[in-house]
Amino acid sequence: MQGRKGPSVLQPFYDVLKLFQKESIEVNTMHRFFVYISLIFVIFTTIIMLLGGDILLALFALTLGSIFFVLGGYASNSPYSTIGSERELLQMMAFEPMILLTAIGLYYGDKSFFIKDIIAAKIPSIVYLPGVFLGLIYILTFKLRKSPFDLSMSHHGHQEIVQGITTEYSGKDLAIIQITHWYETIITLTLVYLFFAFKSPVSHVIAILACIIAYLLEIVIDNAFARAKWQFALKSTWVITGVLASVNLIILSFFR
Amino acid sequence: MNAISILVLFPVLASAAVLSVRKDAVRNIIVRICAIVTGILTLFVVCRYFKDGISLSFANKNIIDTVIASVEVLIAAYIIFIGIKNKKYIVSVFASVQTALVLWFEFTHKHGIYIHSDIVFDRLSAVMVLIVGGIGSLILIYTVGYMKWYHIHHEEYKERKSFFFSVIFLFLFAMFGLILSNNLIWMYFCWELTSICSYLLIGYTKTTQAVNNSFRALAINLGGGLAFAAAMVYIGTNFKTLELSELTAMRPELAVLIPVFLLCIAALTKSAQMPFSSWLLGAMVAPTPSSALLHSATMVKAGVYFLIRLAPLLAGTSIGKVITLLGAVTFLISSIIAISKSDAKKILAYSTISNLGLIVTCSGIGSQESLWAAILLLIFHSISKSLLFLTCGSVEHQIGSRNVEDMDILLKVSRRLSGYMIVGIAGMFLAPFGMLISKWVAMKAFIDSKNILTVIILGYGSATTLFYWTKWMGKLVSNANRKDHVKHTFHIDEEIPIFIHAVLVVLSCFTFPLISRFVLVPYLSGLFGPTVSMPIGTSDVNIMLIMLSMLLILPISFIPIYKNDRRRIVPVYMAGENTGDNESFYGALHAKRKVKLHNWYMEDFFGVKKLAFWSNVLCSVIILAGVLVLIGGITK
Repeated sequence: MQGRKGPSVLQPFYDVLKLFQKESIEVNTMHRFFVYISLIFVIFTTIIMLLGGDILLALFALTLGSIFFVLGGYASNSPYSTIGSERELLQMMAFEPMILLTAIGLYYGDKSFFIKDIIAAKIPSIVYLPGVFLGLIYILTFKLRKSPFDLSMSHHGHQEIVQGITTEYSGKDLAIIQITHWYETIITLTLVYLFFAFKSPVSHVIAILACIIAYLLEIVIDNAFARAKWQFALKSTWVITGVLASVNLIILSFFR
Repeated sequence: MNAISILVLFPVLASAAVLSVRKDAVRNIIVRICAIVTGILTLFVVCRYFKDGISLSFANKNIIDTVIASVEVLIAAYIIFIGIKNKKYIVSVFASVQTALVLWFEFTHKHGIYIHSDIVFDRLSAVMVLIVGGIGSLILIYTVGYMKWYHIHHEEYKERKSFFFSVIFLFLFAMFGLILSNNLIWMYFCWELTSICSYLLIGYTKTTQAVNNSFRALAINLGGGLAFAAAMVYIGTNFKTLELSELTAMRPELAVLIPVFLLCIAALTKSAQMPFSSWLLGAMVAPTPSSALLHSATMVKAGVYFLIRLAPLLAGTSIGKVITLLGAVTFLISSIIAISKSDAKKILAYSTISNLGLIVTCSGIGSQESLWAAILLLIFHSISKSLLFLTCGSVEHQIGSRNVEDMDILLKVSRRLSGYMIVGIAGMFLAPFGMLISKWVAMKAFIDSKNILTVIILGYGSATTLFYWTKWMGKLVSNANRKDHVKHTFHIDEEIPIFIHAVLVVLSCFTFPLISRFVLVPYLSGLFGPTVSMPIGTSDVNIMLIMLSMLLILPISFIPIYKNDRRRIVPVYMAGENTGDNESFYGALHAKRKVKLHNWYMEDFFGVKKLAFWSNVLCSVIILAGVLVLIGGITK
């Protein structure tokens, strides 16, 4: 048995601090612009969500942020970044229906898209949305950029597409990308949270626990699976969305 | 004479004037003046009658009817002749059958049917008049600049510019007539006239492909016209009326649904819904301005406009369900097929079919929310898509290709042009732009009317839409540095209308709450009573407007940062083999090789061959189901 000690849990934060002190080099003057805009819109999304705003609107703002990130990859006009962008876009196409259907499922609780109404519902959404929840867990892997669906970029440099979209970014810009990802993680876990939170105050503790469990589950999945091909990523996600979420919603719409 | 009559008839005058002029310089001036006059007349009519609306009745109706009937006969004779000459007998058959039908009706059954109002102008017509007159005149101004270069770049085609402009003006007349008529006979006449104009413009270059495609468009549209004629005769003989407003005020019972279904078929052919969509794709061989005007901004909108008018009869009926499903399937499949296309005009065509599908879905549902979304979709789509077609035409002049793959150098060739194109694309699918606002409301409407299947289809369709637009945008920002391109200048003739379009795209997003308040809500209140309100809450509207402002301000706010923060620029990473110019790398044996970056088209997944056939079969089955429902209703 090995008793070797790895880096501390806080290592990602140290990494980002370190990146801010590094020299930022670039391949053209355009491509860093997209990363900053992306961050601004992702923060905007987080604000809408935390203020209990309209969940659909929040998701649209998130999509806008993600699209800017993808465009940043294209703007570098570098082969590895471009492949990364194409793959990122494909991933978005794969998980976007599921995200939208999640929001629509949550609407059925209180007939409102506002997060403040969803978490004030009489019964937790998970009760009538089990299928949608499972579908969401499946696409969580995309949003958290974990294997097997980390097609567009990866932390590890030496792989078939180097670092995908992030290949041409360095220093401050790379730090910004990392921060954007933290925000995205919060947003994604908020979606999990919404399934468990309802009128009862205790439910919020359960909801936070659910988020932690979901995150740990994703780390296990990340370590247990090799990266999938894009064909599998697209097909499986669309089929799972079509089966779990759609059937769940169709049944639900009969009763409500 | 009323201002509306002047607005409708002025383009005919312009058409005749332009046809007779052979000198380029003189004709260009005439076209520009007539375009501006049309624009001003449009604004005048809309301002004058916007508040109260108006319905007109003409005293000398018999003369007008006789003129229309004789022109119809002449047109029919022309179609029969060209059909036989080009061995496309189907158009001859369609033309002779429907003209015979209409003439028979006019001579035997029409007596005694009194028409109270021939022309009705309300808020919905105001929207359409603004689109046709406003965008139409902008496109005309653009066309002057475009056609100048078109024939320099394409010396192989015979120059028929007078004819081209003349047909476009004639088309504007037909479109105004179609929108404003409440008299079905007049409407039918204009409906047919738009089909003919489309046929003439598609066949402009006279190549074999153009001729074939123009006949396909004509055949399908005449088929729709036949359905229209049949519906008109049915309504006239059974209900003793020939007014659209009378028809839409009826109760949606079986006897009414039969002609409504026929009218829907006509609308679906005009709006190029599956299985009738093939003509719109063929229509892309026409010069780009005519694609912008006829095949995206106005003529194809006539179909959905008609469906929105018929929506009260569709809501909650079995025919409404058929139309809803058909629109939804068309929306999804065409947005999927668009992924596999690299020709910019083909992508635009598929996207047009797809968005029209969404409008069809909304009008099939016919609830107040869904109609709100439908009209807004119609407005935003017209402006954005027209902008995209115009920029597409200019890009073709600039880089000699309309393949999206070649547009990676556009940022180097013309920064402004690619900027306009990006605005157009953003307008088509991104938050907080118009199309997304309308899609959002459409989604709410689908949920509230318990059409969960359409909601799911909309979810998938939005994802595929996002894919094909973003990868196009990606090419536009990719800033490739190929040295082999030739620089052209972006002419002011082309830039002014494009600039105005781009401003309109942004402006319409800022003002959509006003559009809702002054156009959509009053119009829908007329249908659903005074309880109509805007489907989006004020807080959400504010957030949207903040987002839009951010998108406008952020790029500017970056300029000072860029000035102060100059950085070291390095070659892009090519695994250490970049030759240094970012265009090539050292391959095997140290040979220089060009880098080629391609978008993904995924033909195996989304190819047109596989999908188009089955979706056409599926849509035919849906229509057949509609027919069966009606037959089942009759025999019961």
